[in-house]
Amino acid sequence: MKQVFVFVRKEFYHVFRDRKTLLLLFGLPVMQIVLFGFALSNEIKKADIAICDYAHDATSQKIVQALNAGTVFQTREVLFSHREIESTLRRSDEKLVIVIPAGFSDDLYHQHKAQIGIIADAEDPNLANALIAYAARIIADVQSRVIPPSSLPMQIIPEIRMIYNPELKGATNFVPGVMALVLLLVCVLMTSVSIVREKETGTMEVLLVSPLHPVLFIVAKAIPYFLLSLLNLTVILVLSVFLLDMPVNGSILLLYAESALLIITALALGLVFSNITSSQQTAMLISLLGMLLPTVIFSGFMFPVENMPVPLQVLSNIFPSKWYYIIVKGIMIKGLGFAELWKETMILTGMAMLFLIISFKSFNIRMA
Amino acid sequence: MNSRTVIRTKNLTKRFGSFVAVNHISFEVSAGEIFGFLGANGAGKTTAMRMLCGLSRPTEGEAEIAGFDVYRQQEKIKKNIGYMSQKFSLYEDLTVYENIRFFGGIYGLRPRALKEKSKALISRLGLENESNKLVRSLPLGWKQKLAFSVAVIHDPGIVFLDEPTGGVDPITRRQFWDLIYEAAGRGITVFVSTHYMDEAEYFNRLSIMVDGEIAALDSPSALKQKYHAASMDEVFFELARRAVRQSDEP
Amino acid sequence: MSEVVFDRIVKTYQRNSIRALDDVSFSADRGSLFGLIGPDGAGKTSIFRILATLTLPDRGQARVSGWDVVKDYSKIRQVVGYMPGRFSLYPDLSVGENLSFFAALFNTTVQANYDLIKDIYRQIEPFKKRRAGALSGGMKQKLALCCALIHRPSILFLDEPTTGVDAVSRKEFWQTLGNLRKQGITILVSTPYMDEAARCENIALIQNGKILSINTPQKIAGEFPETLFAVRSNNMSGLLRDLRGMSGIGSCYTFGEFHHITFRQGIENPQKWLVGELESKHHHEIEFMQVQPTIEDCFIRLMKKDE
Repeated sequence: MKQVFVFVRKEFYHVFRDRKTLLLLFGLPVMQIVLFGFALSNEIKKADIAICDYAHDATSQKIVQALNAGTVFQTREVLFSHREIESTLRRSDEKLVIVIPAGFSDDLYHQHKAQIGIIADAEDPNLANALIAYAARIIADVQSRVIPPSSLPMQIIPEIRMIYNPELKGATNFVPGVMALVLLLVCVLMTSVSIVREKETGTMEVLLVSPLHPVLFIVAKAIPYFLLSLLNLTVILVLSVFLLDMPVNGSILLLYAESALLIITALALGLVFSNITSSQQTAMLISLLGMLLPTVIFSGFMFPVENMPVPLQVLSNIFPSKWYYIIVKGIMIKGLGFAELWKETMILTGMAMLFLIISFKSFNIRMA
Repeated sequence: MNSRTVIRTKNLTKRFGSFVAVNHISFEVSAGEIFGFLGANGAGKTTAMRMLCGLSRPTEGEAEIAGFDVYRQQEKIKKNIGYMSQKFSLYEDLTVYENIRFFGGIYGLRPRALKEKSKALISRLGLENESNKLVRSLPLGWKQKLAFSVAVIHDPGIVFLDEPTGGVDPITRRQFWDLIYEAAGRGITVFVSTHYMDEAEYFNRLSIMVDGEIAALDSPSALKQKYHAASMDEVFFELARRAVRQSDEP
Repeated sequence: MSEVVFDRIVKTYQRNSIRALDDVSFSADRGSLFGLIGPDGAGKTSIFRILATLTLPDRGQARVSGWDVVKDYSKIRQVVGYMPGRFSLYPDLSVGENLSFFAALFNTTVQANYDLIKDIYRQIEPFKKRRAGALSGGMKQKLALCCALIHRPSILFLDEPTTGVDAVSRKEFWQTLGNLRKQGITILVSTPYMDEAARCENIALIQNGKILSINTPQKIAGEFPETLFAVRSNNMSGLLRDLRGMSGIGSCYTFGEFHHITFRQGIENPQKWLVGELESKHHHEIEFMQVQPTIEDCFIRLMKKDE
């Protein structure tokens, strides 16, 4: 046991004496969170709209006020004729024009049916959809305030995502993805590079020609990066909760346990990579290509997997990050517990076991 | 041998913080001379050689290499010297011919001259059958001979050799020295560091560095006389064991 | 009794295209200092890796302390100390940290075996806090040797410990090895420096994966079949050219301040003949004497014979 302790201590010396490693370890998550959380966020803020209000009555005023009340819309222009609509949209200054016909309140109170026009610039269809959905929701809110519920015609809010993400915030999508990305990347990279470095410096030869058991070697290599990854996870969580207002609706203990599972999978993968490579560059390249790309593409946090061709959808299942992403979203946003997530957990456990076995089997007690 | 001076240093010094790696060294080397640059590990040889090649800026003192100043004319120096070390010399994954063409190209040889030179070089080394083989597949001794020939392909005034014969077999080591003599005969100044003490006898003159300073500089026979020694090995041992410091790295 | 046995070993790399060891056999006695002498690429490192259980031979058998290098590798790893050719310490760890790490790796402590490394460690102890990467070549080798010794191995494998190390440090290093041998440790050491061969009890001269000769350094030198002479004049490079041009000269190689030569058979009074020839070629201050062959002379001759 003393062997392992001394070995782990040595690994920590390596980490804390190398600025590059430290930067990778703690700079990467912070950068990712800031980058994805703010810069790349698909959150809509202060979209310019134009209002063409023919009615000018109490209800129409309320709708215009409500639209401007949130952080999503701001009225940039007031139009007096719908002939101006097309030219306004063509200039691309406004993304949306709300047209309220004359006699809007009368129609609403007397005929229980009023029409309102929402005209969007569909150049960016995703954005247009999101804006329309949001505007429709605000209008529905106003309606429910001015008319007694009984006399309300059925209203449908078209965007399903808004159930879980009523403010259309991007962080909720990105944070679980960034967690998967950072944990995988850092773990795989750090373990594989640290082992391959021993091969490069020649210390691996000396370690092999010593009574240190291969299992102890693997364990000793894994412990430091396991602990550092948990610390890393904490940094990411603190940043996302306090900086990006990310909710943690489920059990934080479960979140850590599931993350530990992913970390073990990643460590095992790192060991496998280090067994088949002999230079730090190769190890780094494999880790980046093997982890970064599939996580970004297949975990679902950048591109919806459901929209991919079926073969790719099937392929996405073999990447641990996909399951971890589902689990984290479930815990943090939906507040789900183990009872609802046991299936994904089992899949992840299976993967961890598989990679661990492969890493032990592929460990070479001699030089390649 | 004419007496035109091609390397001239005066109080050349390099400090890393408070550590004086090279301490006021002054010497001159003439054209066509085979000059040995000896010293224990950590004596400051590598640092001094880097300054002479224009790779490292001196802290103080003067140095002129092939008539160019080490502070202002590093690029001109690099065009007029050749350099070969035990560690890096040739691209292992290029063929013999590709290496020659590449290095000739960097030194600005015109295509026609390059073609003639490579042909002459390959036949002089007896590598006709190997010219299209990867350098990786050659024995170490051949690699070193080829590396030396490539280092002087542009007929530089001076060639710097950093432990060129380390680990080479005894016959090839001697053939390597034949190449050195031949180059010196063509007027190229050869500046060599080595750990083989028998090779110390082959130099016209040599300097021995101890703790960043030049402790001795003369011909092998004069040094042996001065230190009442039978061989250069004894001279070196006598001087180098006086060293007190342990490292030339900052 | 043989502590290390290497029996008809063949080792190839890259799908048999490179033959690193070609039917190599030798053995080293318990408590002896055995030298593998040869240039880079001769196969020395392959021999050490097979003995240290790091690579498997293609053919043949090797035993260390009576254990087979293939089957009993874990037993061998308990008793050997191995110092690979390249710098094999952690450059970012200090001298002291390196040493205590390797001690712990072998389930021991620096204190427990301090007496064994005392003489060597005392020389680097002033730099205990310095990172290993910042040590000079000679110091690095001393630290590496301490790390290889810290678990009190009964056999020591040292692959080119003196390569790239200056002449003074090399001398000190060989003195240290002599002291270790007195403590009963079997030492197998390789070197490309022929002048170091005389420090070993037994040596094997290796070139291109083959053993050229195995014996004590004295006997190998004694087997040199011809009489060897040393000659010099006022113009050494001219002398070399002239000697090579003479039909009566068998071999001629530079050896420091002299050229070593042998004569072809059938020349009577070679000294008189040679001095006459050289004077006619305008050589002055000619010195001529018979000399004892060095290991390097023998190596060159064996290399030529092998070709």
